[in-house]
Amino acid sequence: MRQSNVVIDYKYDNEPDISVDPRDGKLGMVHIHVAFVAFIIGVFGGLLQGLARGGMIQLPTWLGYYQILTAHGVLLALVFTTFIIYGFFFAGMSKTHGTFSSRLRKTGWVGFYIMLVGTLIATVLILLNEASVLYTFYVPLQGHWLFYAALALVIVGSWISAVALLTHYFKWKKANPDKPTPLFGFMTTATLILWMVAGLGVAATVLVQILPWALGLTSEVNVLLSRTLFWYFGHPLVYFWIMPAYMVWYLVVPKVIGGRLFSSSLARLAFVLFLLFSIPVGFHHQLMESGVTEFWKYVQTILTFVVVVPSLLTAFSIFATFEQTAREKGGKGVIGWIKTLPWGDVRFFAPFMGMIVFIPAGAGGIINASFQLNSVVHNTLWVVGHFHLTVGTTVLLTFFGMAYWLIPVLTGRRFTKHANRCGIVQTWLWVIGMFLMSGAMHILGLFGAPRRTAYATYGDHPQALQWFEGIFASHVTVAIGGVILTAAGVLMFYNFIHLAFLAPKGHTEFPMTPDPVDTPNTPAYLENWKLWIGIAVVLILFAYTIPIYEMIVNAPPGSPPFNFLIK
Amino acid sequence: MHLHKYEKIWLVFGIGSLALFLAVLGVAAFAFGHQPPSHMTTVDSQNLSEDPLFSEPGLTQINESTYRATLIAQAFGYNPNKIEVPVGSTVIFEVTSADVVHSFTIPGTNVNFMVTPGHVNMAEHTFNEPGEYLVICNEYCGTGHHYMQMRIEVISQ
Repeated sequence: MRQSNVVIDYKYDNEPDISVDPRDGKLGMVHIHVAFVAFIIGVFGGLLQGLARGGMIQLPTWLGYYQILTAHGVLLALVFTTFIIYGFFFAGMSKTHGTFSSRLRKTGWVGFYIMLVGTLIATVLILLNEASVLYTFYVPLQGHWLFYAALALVIVGSWISAVALLTHYFKWKKANPDKPTPLFGFMTTATLILWMVAGLGVAATVLVQILPWALGLTSEVNVLLSRTLFWYFGHPLVYFWIMPAYMVWYLVVPKVIGGRLFSSSLARLAFVLFLLFSIPVGFHHQLMESGVTEFWKYVQTILTFVVVVPSLLTAFSIFATFEQTAREKGGKGVIGWIKTLPWGDVRFFAPFMGMIVFIPAGAGGIINASFQLNSVVHNTLWVVGHFHLTVGTTVLLTFFGMAYWLIPVLTGRRFTKHANRCGIVQTWLWVIGMFLMSGAMHILGLFGAPRRTAYATYGDHPQALQWFEGIFASHVTVAIGGVILTAAGVLMFYNFIHLAFLAPKGHTEFPMTPDPVDTPNTPAYLENWKLWIGIAVVLILFAYTIPIYEMIVNAPPGSPPFNFLIK
Repeated sequence: MHLHKYEKIWLVFGIGSLALFLAVLGVAAFAFGHQPPSHMTTVDSQNLSEDPLFSEPGLTQINESTYRATLIAQAFGYNPNKIEVPVGSTVIFEVTSADVVHSFTIPGTNVNFMVTPGHVNMAEHTFNEPGEYLVICNEYCGTGHHYMQMRIEVISQ
C-alpha cells in the first residue's frame, strides 16, 4: 500500500544521526529528572489509595485519603506529563531544527525553574494537608492561597518554555521560507499553541477569581464560571498529553521498526484538527450540572465527536505504516505480516501496547461524551478507569517507550540489552496491572461506585457492599491491580536510574523518522498558523460566548470560601 | 492531499458512525425529551432559609402518584436525610447546595447529577421496586465526603 505516486529516490535509511547538542540535552534531561521523581511519589500515592479504598489497610491519622489523592493526581497527571513532554520537546527541537541559541536556551531554563518552584511549593502544601482539593481544585472548597499561586507558576513557566520552543521553530521557518517545516516542529507548535490558548482559561480562573478570593480580597466566587473556565482548560489538557504521544507514534516508532511515515499532509491535518476541536468541548465534563442549557451542551457534544476524527486519521496512518514497513521487509498474508514487527524492542513494544489500549479507551471516551448517557457513568469509577487507560496507559506507555532511548541519548549512555529486557517486563506488568485495575473500575462504575471516595460501605447498604463482593468487579481487584502497577512503577523508576546514571557511556540513536516522501507536496495552507489560530478562536467564541455571558449576567450570589472542610 | 482508497473507506465508516451516534443522542434529547439535567433556576446558597423553595425542604405530594422532593445537600449529608414514597411513585428531585459542590446520585438508577451552590438541579425517577434506596454524593466535598448519604424508602402497598 503506497501513499503517493511520487517517485521515491529518497534514501530514508541513510539519514545521518544528528545528535542533540549537549547544552540542549542538559536542559531536556533536567525535565526528565523532575518527571520521574514526581512519578515515583505519585505511584506510591496510588498504591496507598488502592489499598485503603479496598479496605485492606487503614491510613495513619496524619495521612488523609484525599490528601494522597490530590498528590497522586497533581504529581502524575500534571507534573510527570508536563515535565517529560517539555524534555522531549527541547531534545527533539534541538535535533530537528538545530541547536538552540543561547538566548532561547536561557529562556528555556527560566521556564524550567519557574515550573520547578511552582511544583515544589504545590507539593509541600499538599504534604502539609493545606491543599487537599484534588487536582481539579473545584471552588468553593478552598486550599491554601499559595497552592493556587504555585499552580499559576507552573502554567506561566510552561508558557515561557513554550515561547522558547516556538521562537526556535519560527526562526527555522523564516530561514527556510519555501520549505514545509519539519514535522517534529510542526507538531510541537500545534501542541504548544493548544496549550497556551487552553491555559488562558485556567489562568483566568486562578488569577482573577480564585487567588483574590483565597487571599480574602474578594468575598465571593462564581462557582459555575470557575468550573467552566477550568474545563475550558481541562479537556485540551488531555490533548496536551496525547499529542506528544502521537508524535512518538508518527515520528519515532516508524524509524524504530525500520520504515517511514505514511503521509506528511495527513499527519499535519490531524494535528491541526486537534488544535481546532479539542478546546470548544469542555461542557462534556459538565453535562450533569445546572446553569448551562441543553442546547449549548449538545453543541459542544457535537464538537467533541469531531475531535475523534484526527484520532481516526492517526490510527489509519500508524497501522498503514506498520503494514507498509512489514511488507517491505517480506511480511506476507492478510495479517501474517505482523510477525515481522520488532516485538522484542521495547521502543516499539511499549508504545504499541499503548496503541492497542487506546482502542477500548477511545470507545469509552465516546460513551462518556454521549450527552444524556453520561448520567450512567458521571463521577463513577468508570471515569477513573477510562483515564487510567487513556493517559495512564496509552500516554504513559508511549512516554516510557520514549524514555528508553531519550534518556541515554541525553546522558551520552548506551541503551543496554538489560534495559530493553526490563522494559519489556515493565510493559507487560503495566498492562496486566492496568487490565485488572481499570477493568474492575469500569464495571464498578456501571454498578454506581463513586470516584474520589474513601473506603465506605454506607452503613453496610447492599448496594455499596456489592462493590466489594464481586469476583472481578470489586475494590479488591482494583487494589490487586494497583499492587502490580506499583511493581511496574518501581521497575520503571529503576530503568530511569539505570539509563540516567548507571548504563555504560556510549552512543544511542535518536530514532527520528525522516519526513515522508510526500512532504514537498504538503499544501501550503497547512502551515498557515494565523489561519488555524483564527479558526480555533472563532470556534471557541461560538461555543462559549453565550453560555459564559449567561453565567455572568444571571449569576446567583457567589460562594464564600470553605476551607475547614478539607482538614 | 492524497487519500488512499482504504483510508477513505475507513474515514467514511468512522465519521458515519459518529454522525449516527450524534443523531441517536439528538433525537432522544430533543424529540423525546431525554435531556441531561440542566436546570436554570438560581438561589442564594447562603440564605436558603429565606428561599421560598428551600426554606422547608422535604417531600410534597403533587398528585396521586407524583411527589416533589426538595432537598438541600450540605457537608456531609442531605436535608432531609430520609424520604418515604409508595411503590410506583414518580419523584421529582429538586436539589441545591448550602455550601460546596456535591452530587445527588442514586446508584443503580439514571439519577446522577451535580449540585452546585447557587443553582438548583433536577431529575425525576419512577420507583417501581420496593426497597431502601441509597443516595450518595459522588463529588468530593471534603474530609467526610464518603459519609455523605441519605435513604429513599419505597414502601410496597
